[in-house]
Amino acid sequence: MQKKLKQLLGRTEFYVFLIIVAVGLVIQFRSGKFFTGNNFVDIASAMIVPGIFAVGIFMVLVSGGMDVSFPALASLSAYATTKLLLDMGYEGSVLLPLLIAAVIGGLLGAFNGFFIGYLNLTPMIITLGASSVFKGFMQGALNSKQLAVIPAGMKRFGTTYLLETSNSLNQTSKLSVAFLVLVAVVILIWFLMNKTYFGRGIYAIGGNPAAAKAAGFNVKRTKFLTYTIVGVIASIAGIIRVCMMQQCHPTNMLGMEMNIIAGVVLGGTAITGGAGTMTGCILGTLLIVLVENSMILLGIPTTWKSVFTGALIVIGTGVSALQVLRANRAADKAKARKFRKEGANV
Amino acid sequence: MISLKTAAKKNQHVVRLLVIMVVWMIFMAITRFEKFYTFSNFKTMASQFPEFGVMALGGMLCMMTGGIDLSCVGVANFTAVVCALLMTALGGENGVLPAATFPLFVVLPLVIGAFWGAFNGLLVSKIRIPPILATLGVNELLSGICIVLTGGGSYSSFPKDMTNLIVTDIGGVLPVRLLVFVIVAVVIWFMLEKTTYGTKLRLLGSSEKVAVYSGMKTVPLLIRTYMTSGICSALGGLLMLGTYASARADYGSQYTLQTILIIVLGGVSPLGGKGKMSGVILAIFVLKMLESGINRFQNISSYYISLIWGGVLILAMVLDYVTGDKRSRG
Repeated sequence: MQKKLKQLLGRTEFYVFLIIVAVGLVIQFRSGKFFTGNNFVDIASAMIVPGIFAVGIFMVLVSGGMDVSFPALASLSAYATTKLLLDMGYEGSVLLPLLIAAVIGGLLGAFNGFFIGYLNLTPMIITLGASSVFKGFMQGALNSKQLAVIPAGMKRFGTTYLLETSNSLNQTSKLSVAFLVLVAVVILIWFLMNKTYFGRGIYAIGGNPAAAKAAGFNVKRTKFLTYTIVGVIASIAGIIRVCMMQQCHPTNMLGMEMNIIAGVVLGGTAITGGAGTMTGCILGTLLIVLVENSMILLGIPTTWKSVFTGALIVIGTGVSALQVLRANRAADKAKARKFRKEGANV
Repeated sequence: MISLKTAAKKNQHVVRLLVIMVVWMIFMAITRFEKFYTFSNFKTMASQFPEFGVMALGGMLCMMTGGIDLSCVGVANFTAVVCALLMTALGGENGVLPAATFPLFVVLPLVIGAFWGAFNGLLVSKIRIPPILATLGVNELLSGICIVLTGGGSYSSFPKDMTNLIVTDIGGVLPVRLLVFVIVAVVIWFMLEKTTYGTKLRLLGSSEKVAVYSGMKTVPLLIRTYMTSGICSALGGLLMLGTYASARADYGSQYTLQTILIIVLGGVSPLGGKGKMSGVILAIFVLKMLESGINRFQNISSYYISLIWGGVLILAMVLDYVTGDKRSRG
């Protein structure tokens, strides 16, 4: 029992959860509107797109990589898909748009994956360049403009609701069925990361690429496939965002990358790779979404949004970096002690 | 002849950039000679590149240590906004700024840059946050503060006396902004090549472990490096305030990518340790020439610039790979 408690106290996820509860209590205290059905539904709804993005970034970070291109990637594939289907006069269900976006996203992700996996180039710089390429291609070659009308099937999907809540003032909050996609992606990637050879390979190459190679993992292919899967996941998030907003605004996803990465890192995923859990990833993202969504409830002007997320990134990553530092120091001390003991025996 | 060959091999990146530059100059001479080869065009280029040029020089130092500074644009805009607000406070809205206060606005950017740079350095060296995250977080924080200070819009009702001075040309020929760039470049060149700082910096970038075991104090060194980069970015911000004659939270957001592109093209390894200042300075010129040249073709949408920059960045990395230069491998 005590051991279990100690284990729990040693986990970042536990503290993130505590902070979430604390933030919730503060909001409840200040506005009295936190523990309401409407607020929960609103937050769940706001979680959908960042949540799916976060799952993708989680995979990349665990593999020891970095991806800052996913908002541009998602924008490009969502825009291209929507435009293509509009030109075709497509009326069918949401499955085909999801499929097309996933294929485009997979190709764009493979573009990143090729340079990072097979050529072993620095992920940060490659994805920074790729982000610029994707954006330039969308705005230059595709001449992107805001699309006020989206295909009927996508609109239907965006306006189908799982549940609706309303309060005494007759304000209703609705949760889109897209929430199920988030749940599906989370479960699928959790399974992939924890129960398959491929997923364990991602953890292994993030921890130590040389050791992973020696253990028989195909490092290059694993990296390549990771970025490809991230491209697919990000594009699905992009299409879902278009469905939920019921219009396609090509550039309004750009700039989201920092908040998402911050959320995943806050949840305990090591930026150096090799460690992190899906629970932490989702909790960290929830914390960021919660802070962003609750500014209005707290009466803080929305102009302060970036200040808060910036501070959250610096403090959050600082705390987890200090933890790593302390752990390393403890390990060093233990080593030194062992060394002294052995020396005394000789 | 042999010495020329070895010199070329040693300065691979410089040679490559020179080739790009010459090819582009010939291309421009053939296609748009009368529009590109004018004195005023070259003067415009010389007064425009310093703002991102100084940022790139600071960022170069960080990358030589194996780090990265992504807070350049945030620091620059923060400096511009604070300076503009203080100018208004001293001279009144659209008023006249007393000439005696001008030195203040030279010192203030240095102080702001040093402060945020030291903050970055502290996060990276003492708390050991990966540089990418630390500097991106600071960037987000600073652009957030800029949005709060300006209310999200652009702020231009400050006294323009000082900024007008920045955008003038000395004797109608030498832009003040170019002068600032030259001064910064000389100072950084001196630090890198004539003091032990440069050697220590490269050693730290090659192998932090070796640096620590050879008795180097890495923490003050890193803080000093990020401080220098912060000061460079703040000066860039002052130049931007002059160029745009207004301050805004999201001016120059393309410079983040552009400075990294310059540094990598200039032959500095993203893993640290190696790199020459001559390459970076040449890369600044090449990039400005490319941009200015592309702008001479009206039928190319300006959106393509972002496509081209990204493409060139990836191409530069791939070229390093193909030529067997193991520096840029992650």
